[in-house]
Amino acid sequence: MQKTIRKYFPIFVLPTFIAFGFAFLIPFVSGLYLSFCKFTTMLNPEWVGIKNYINIFSNRDFINAFYFTVKFAVASIISINFFAFVLALVLTRKVKGTNLFRTVFFMPNLIGGIILGYIWQSMINAVLAQYETTLVANATYGYWGLVILMNWQLTGYLMIIYIAGLQNISGDLIEAARIDGASPWQLLTNIKIPMVMPSITICLFVSVSNCFKLFDQNLALTAGAPSKKTAMMSLDIYNTIYGSTGTEGVGQAKAVIFFILVGAIALVQLMITKKREVEQ
Amino acid sequence: MSKRKTVVNSILLVVLCILTGIFLTPICFIVLNSFKGKLYISDAPFAMPTEETFSGLTNYINGIEKTNFFAAFGWSLFITVFSIIAISIFASMTAYYLTRVKTKMTKLLYYMFTFSMIIPFQMVMLSMVRLANGAHLNNPVGMVVLYLGFGGGLSVFMFCGFVKSIPLEIEEAAMIDGCNPLQTYFRIVMPILKPTAISVSILNAMWIWNDFLLPYLVIGVATDYKTIPVVVQYLIGSYGSRDMGAMMALLVLSIIPIIIFYLFCQKYIIEGVVAGAVKG
Repeated sequence: MQKTIRKYFPIFVLPTFIAFGFAFLIPFVSGLYLSFCKFTTMLNPEWVGIKNYINIFSNRDFINAFYFTVKFAVASIISINFFAFVLALVLTRKVKGTNLFRTVFFMPNLIGGIILGYIWQSMINAVLAQYETTLVANATYGYWGLVILMNWQLTGYLMIIYIAGLQNISGDLIEAARIDGASPWQLLTNIKIPMVMPSITICLFVSVSNCFKLFDQNLALTAGAPSKKTAMMSLDIYNTIYGSTGTEGVGQAKAVIFFILVGAIALVQLMITKKREVEQ
Repeated sequence: MSKRKTVVNSILLVVLCILTGIFLTPICFIVLNSFKGKLYISDAPFAMPTEETFSGLTNYINGIEKTNFFAAFGWSLFITVFSIIAISIFASMTAYYLTRVKTKMTKLLYYMFTFSMIIPFQMVMLSMVRLANGAHLNNPVGMVVLYLGFGGGLSVFMFCGFVKSIPLEIEEAAMIDGCNPLQTYFRIVMPILKPTAISVSILNAMWIWNDFLLPYLVIGVATDYKTIPVVVQYLIGSYGSRDMGAMMALLVLSIIPIIIFYLFCQKYIIEGVVAGAVKG
């Protein structure tokens, strides 16, 4: 059977592969190459070795963006996962109207980053206007604005994953623990949390990946203002490439570093997932 | 015990209702203000429109005229619908081939598709946009090709996971009865893949509908093919003298289709998200 199917390669694989080549494969390889070149259009790349990588550090933009991203990610990941888990615990208790609450909490996740960013921008500005200031007056406002926005968007999503995890715990196990006299707190720490560890891993990495790659919300909410202080890594790369001419190569070099960073995070996730599969 | 649980649940119900209110505040805020005259919005941002400030549908008419919103809606719909159709057909065919034909090449292809999931967009952005312009993909049909390439990674990966679980015997029987691989695929395998195809479509629809950077860079703002996120950014993207009223109306208009879609397909959306999170 394998032999018969094999002849059909052009029909089964080629369409996807060609599209994949245009969207990923060729740009990826050429992106790697261009990070070692000086160029303004793609027709005149000139090999400059690692000069672009050195030039990244000629100003502090990228390093600042990195710190800001990490600071934002840490606060968001902890708060989002905490709220999502608590909500999931509450919504698996058979409170009235569970479905309605789940629907509402998940909804912001479907709204696109640009639209979401502008909704919050106008609302935060409306609040700050009462104190005669604006969102872009102070980097702290932008920082907390982003954290709150991210909580609003992602909590419902992670909550859904936690709910699925909690519902997978067998009722017998919880019943047995209750008969043995476990308190609700013991039930939570000794049964529920260990049993949803797979969901916790998934949620941690979903939130890490979302926070690190965040672009649309960042652009819409503050666009990096004031003076690039609230620009995250994606936005800084975008600005380096499209914001000024002559720095395209440096921007591409930043993108390669960003890719290695994101790739390393994904690799750690893969290793943890694999390890757990072995243990089970 | 039971009585205590009832009391706790009642308290939780109240807390959940308050939380729902907080979650809905940003939405209520833009709906409320979209009906106020543009000069009144910054005066009392959280007040209901009064007789003096109420402006009827003026903001909506302004917003729609300024951005040609219905055209944007049409192009967003066109790109999203055809992209998910293309992905459902071609990515599942590719996944079928990669799972059933075991050679070094299919293994390599599978790893390439999986690998592409972790590459951040910024890494390929610069080269891809130029390549797309050179290959005349800077139109809605070209966008469908690009989305097939971008959505391909996750989709092939998810389809592969499911094809593995289909027993070979069914296909062998079909082949013995005289079906060629294409007939076998479309008559036997694809109907079995339907639930996975729905999950994959939902996941892709969610990000393609909201995607901003790809259409913004490839199609640009100077054409008639702008999508919803692009017109939103185009209208309100810069600080300065912006029409707050039209902005509020446009934000409301942008989320209406999403909310309608969500209310009708809620079950599939939540299932799709859980399936995608567990596998991705």
